Amino acid sequence: MSMKASTRQVDGVTIVDLSGRITLGEGSVVLRDTVKDLLGKGQKKILLNLGDVSYIDSSGIGELVSAFTSVRNQGGELKLLHLTKKVHDLLQITKLYTVFDVKDDEAGAIAAFGK
Amino acid sequence: MESTLDSVNKAEEMADQAATQAGFDEDVRSGIAMAVREGMINAVLHGNKYDPGKKVNLTFEHKGPEFIVTIADEGNGFMPDEVPNPLAPENLLKESGRGIFLMRTFMDEVRFRKLNAGTEITLIKRIQESELDRQEAST
Repeated sequence: MSMKASTRQVDGVTIVDLSGRITLGEGSVVLRDTVKDLLGKGQKKILLNLGDVSYIDSSGIGELVSAFTSVRNQGGELKLLHLTKKVHDLLQITKLYTVFDVKDDEAGAIAAFGK
Repeated sequence: MESTLDSVNKAEEMADQAATQAGFDEDVRSGIAMAVREGMINAVLHGNKYDPGKKVNLTFEHKGPEFIVTIADEGNGFMPDEVPNPLAPENLLKESGRGIFLMRTFMDEVRFRKLNAGTEITLIKRIQESELDRQEAST
C-alpha cells in the first residue's frame, strides 16, 4: 500500500493526515516533500496524524527525524498524533518516543502548539 | 534477487509467509519480516548500491527449533561494529543507522560474514517450546 498525505488547517496548525506505509522509497519521499512544501510556504506548526500509518521501517523513522529537525531548525514545531501500537512500539524501542512530542487527541495537540 | 526496492518489498512478504509456515505468532512474524526488510535494505542500498549487475541471495531455512534467514549481497562489504549506536544520545537525531539495531532487536541472533565479494547476514529466530507444542498438537 502506497503512502498518501493530505493537509488541512486548524487554528493556525497544519495537520497532515498520513495513511499507508512510511518506508524506503515512495512513502519516505511523500513525507519529505510534504514537510518541505509546508516549510516553503511558511507553515511551521505541523501536526503529523499517523493514525492510518500501518508500518514504518528504519528509512521512515529517519524521515520522521529529518522532518522534526527541519521544522525545529526553522523555528517551528512538529508533533505526532494518534500513533498505532506498532509505530508507538517502534518509537519506544528506538528511544525516539521521548524526543517527539506525541499526542493522543487532536484538540489537545493543537492547543499545545505555541501561539 | 535484483538490487531493487521491489526486491525489498517482496523479501518482506516472503519472510512473513515463511515465518507463518514455521508457526510463529503474529507479533514475532511481524518482527522477523521487519528484520528481513532491514537486511534487504542493507544489501540492496548499502551493499549493492542498486547496481543492476549485482544480485542479492535470500534463503529461508527451518531447522529444528531455529528459523534461519540469510541475505548475501555482492557489494564492497562493511563492518557492522563501525555503525554507531543509534540509541546513544548524540545519535538519536541521526537520520540513518537504525537497520542493524532493528535486526538485532527482533531476532535472537544476527551474524555478519565477509564474503569474497559482499557481505552475508544471517538472522536466526528460535521457535519457543510453546509454539512447537502448538504445532505438534495441530498435526
